[in-house]
Amino acid sequence: MCGPVLSHRQDLLVLLLLSLCSSGGKCEIQKSESTASASESPFHNEIDQPQAFPDEERASLPVFTMDYPRIQVPFEFTLWVLLASFAKIGFHIYQKITIWIPESCLLIAIGLIVGAIMHSVKEEPPAVLTSNVFFLYMLPLIVLENGYFMPTRPFFENVGTVLWYAVVGTLWNSIGIGLSLFAICQFEVFGVQDINLQENLLFASIISAVDPVAVLAVFDDIDVNEQTHIVIFGEGLFNDAVTVVLYSMFSFVADMSAFESSDVFLGVARFFVVGAGGLLFGLVFGFVAAFTTRFTHNARQIEPLFVFMFSYLAYLAAELFAISSVLAIITCAITMKYYVEENVSQRSCTTIRHVIKMLATISETLIFFFLGVVTITTEHEWNWAYILFTLLFALLWRGIGILVLSQIVNPFRTIQFTFKDQFGLAYGGVRGAICFALVFTLPDSINRKNLFVTASIAIIIFTVFIQGISIRPIIEYINIRRTNKDLDTINVEIHNRVMEHIVCGIEDLCGQWSHYYWKDKFKKFNDRFLRRILLRDSRAESSIVSLYKKLELQTAIDLLDTPVGDLSAAPSIVSLYDERKNSSQPQKNFLTEDVRKMHDILSKNMYKIRERTMAYTNKLNQPDNSRAREILIRRHASIRRSLRAASFREMVSLFLKATHAHRPQTASQTVPLHRVLILHLPACSEFVSGELGRHRQHSSSRPIIPLRRLNTVKESTRAVGQSDSSPEEDVLEERHPRGHPVAAPRKLSSEWDQPPAEKEETVAPPPLPVPPGWVADSQNIRDNGAGDPLLGHLSQGSQESGRS
Amino acid sequence: MGSRASTLLREEEIEEIKKETGFSHSQITRLYSRFTSLDKGENGTLSREDFQRIPELAINPLGDRIINAFFPEGEDQVNFRGFMRTLAHFRPIEDSEKNKNTSTSEPLNSRTNKLLFAFRLYDLDRDDKISRDELLQVLRMMVGVNISDEQLGSIADRTIQEADTNGDSSISFNEFIKVLEKVDVEQKMSIRFLH
Repeated sequence: MCGPVLSHRQDLLVLLLLSLCSSGGKCEIQKSESTASASESPFHNEIDQPQAFPDEERASLPVFTMDYPRIQVPFEFTLWVLLASFAKIGFHIYQKITIWIPESCLLIAIGLIVGAIMHSVKEEPPAVLTSNVFFLYMLPLIVLENGYFMPTRPFFENVGTVLWYAVVGTLWNSIGIGLSLFAICQFEVFGVQDINLQENLLFASIISAVDPVAVLAVFDDIDVNEQTHIVIFGEGLFNDAVTVVLYSMFSFVADMSAFESSDVFLGVARFFVVGAGGLLFGLVFGFVAAFTTRFTHNARQIEPLFVFMFSYLAYLAAELFAISSVLAIITCAITMKYYVEENVSQRSCTTIRHVIKMLATISETLIFFFLGVVTITTEHEWNWAYILFTLLFALLWRGIGILVLSQIVNPFRTIQFTFKDQFGLAYGGVRGAICFALVFTLPDSINRKNLFVTASIAIIIFTVFIQGISIRPIIEYINIRRTNKDLDTINVEIHNRVMEHIVCGIEDLCGQWSHYYWKDKFKKFNDRFLRRILLRDSRAESSIVSLYKKLELQTAIDLLDTPVGDLSAAPSIVSLYDERKNSSQPQKNFLTEDVRKMHDILSKNMYKIRERTMAYTNKLNQPDNSRAREILIRRHASIRRSLRAASFREMVSLFLKATHAHRPQTASQTVPLHRVLILHLPACSEFVSGELGRHRQHSSSRPIIPLRRLNTVKESTRAVGQSDSSPEEDVLEERHPRGHPVAAPRKLSSEWDQPPAEKEETVAPPPLPVPPGWVADSQNIRDNGAGDPLLGHLSQGSQESGRS
Repeated sequence: MGSRASTLLREEEIEEIKKETGFSHSQITRLYSRFTSLDKGENGTLSREDFQRIPELAINPLGDRIINAFFPEGEDQVNFRGFMRTLAHFRPIEDSEKNKNTSTSEPLNSRTNKLLFAFRLYDLDRDDKISRDELLQVLRMMVGVNISDEQLGSIADRTIQEADTNGDSSISFNEFIKVLEKVDVEQKMSIRFLH
């Protein structure tokens, strides 16, 4: 481990020196620029006068020139980004550090060091963390990422709670902190008497807002209750609206001497304008973006661009009208995501996700880094009393606020917040860079601005460091289980898990959430109107199909890349219809050692209860559904079997209906019937027609799963042919491509031809390592009663050469 | 609404279900609307495929078994009564019910019946015994791919050894109850149904 560490340190030093040189260089260049401009002016004067060219000295052709000012700005920007990113890489080499100290702390610490170095060299840091740069360039990226990857289902299930905490909580905090600070200011001894009520309230509104960036950075590795997580996440994002209103209201009022009650009403009205306006802008831009992607199938390369441009436009448009831009961009991202991901190609989808993650990470890294740098280099005014009381009140009011609000909102919730959760909510209220940037935008007319700056920096650093570092041990301490594992028998452990899975399944079955009614309504509206307009290919799918598409397609591509345990060697899941083994084993004696090992094995390997949200967006990774994938693959056989049974029945009825309508004589007219058949087979066929079209471009190695599914379709068609009476059979025979593939769905039928050929080969080693589970599956098919006619037909079935 | 008229829930039915299962009126209507939304074929009964369409059940390792628990022996369709009867097992036990004298037949959500539900998940052939194979099957479903068969086999053996008191190498229902006597089954196997 020493090697990479040392080289990392060297890299860091090199970069530090480079950046210093560059800023040093900047200094010199500025001087030379001024001399250059000075030298230009006499030249200008000379131009007016007649001038003889031969007076010039003859300059030789320069072989090596350097023009720093020209590239200065982008060069320095790149260096800073690299420096911050190297720091980030460095942290993850030391795995142990990141467990205990959240990344944001480390970044701020490095920023502090760099800032100290720069300060001692009397350098000015680049003016990156000006409010404009922060609000226009850095914040939208982060918020876009938060909005895009927001788990929508738990969010909408908890939307009332989230808004409650965001709006009422922030109000409570601001007013509480402001009033208390004002009370403190009355005491002469602290020396802050000149801060009036408005200024206090203004400051309080700035520091009361919980910052989504910092919160998520802190909560990353912590295993809190999902409800708590989504509430605090949502609160951080949505309290922006309140902050904007309060800030503009109080800064407006701070200039005035008196505080009218009409201002309060105007403030409330403004709040609604801000909030609703943000939502509206977001929705509009989101729909426009979704609509645009409907037509981009011929311009795939620029598809990701639309996502970014429209979100950014939403943000800027909202900023134009001084309404909540954060709300706008979040709404835009949420609205857009669902439709865009259906319209764009798989590659564009991946690109969008990765680019968003990358930009957000850069932006966040830079923000924390510069927070550290600027801390050292700004002017401070330190007042012990004010700052300490600020900290105290911030913690106090947040704690009380959460307590009171939870008491009020708990009766309305299906899953209530326990005191543990409430503690997590309160303690996780970390302030971050938004507060910092806001405080810089305070008008200079406020005479104690430096004090406010210092106070907000203090509170940010306190919450990020102290709360950020300590929250993990405290949460773990609170969550400690009292049960002694050794006292639990293996029985209890297994049966407990079984019961948990059962309850989880039944809850899902019941659609346990109270918003189900609205969700259902929205889904109907969605299917009838929105999907038709916004999606290019808007056939309604059953949700299990979309689940399959997402998981299976990804699996089919990834299966060859990722080591997924040893799925191929895994014994297949024994499902209901499989034969039972007969075995009897003699009594074994188990040592405690063995028992303990068993407990270990079970606790590490039993599937955990499905969390109601997919694994949280760890800042560094995409949402992880590998476990779900694994379960789904293993259950695939049984699911497919039962689906096939259904498709069999439906196929029969459909076929009967259809054959009375059509009596096609020509091959070309078989197309619509094939399509009809395809379209009505649940799950399987949708996948076939939809995905295979795309899939052909991708993998040269044939994915295992679609092939198997094709068997289903093939068999069903066959089986239908068999089970019907002879007139239908004739039609089928006629319809059936004996020598030639059907004209139009050429792609499909040539695909279809391969499985039968491959079926013959399954006894021989297939080209791809087919897991035994799959092979067993096909053998089962042959053994079943329904298998025989299938088998009979299949051997005749392969038309032309197997592989085209 | 035309095709559904025949399947709308009548008051008498609600009353009967209420008496049998103990759900409240609003819970029954709510679950009925869930039932109808699952019933894509709109024929008043649910088949296995209707259950399979719920995506969360697809990724539940015991999904098949849970679905199977809804269907009475040998049948492929379940009507609303059957649906409710199965769900009734998960109703929380209210305090007022705890002390009731069990002179009448036991309510569906009693501790014994909850345990019976779990027991039946293992015991497919309904012989009132969990054999080693049945245990292995369930274990295999619940455990990731990294566990070998031998390891699982010894876990299963140990499980039976711990529970089996009469030496028949399988777990009977009474032994099952005994093993879980310290576990708070009433709370674990209950769902707070919304009103």
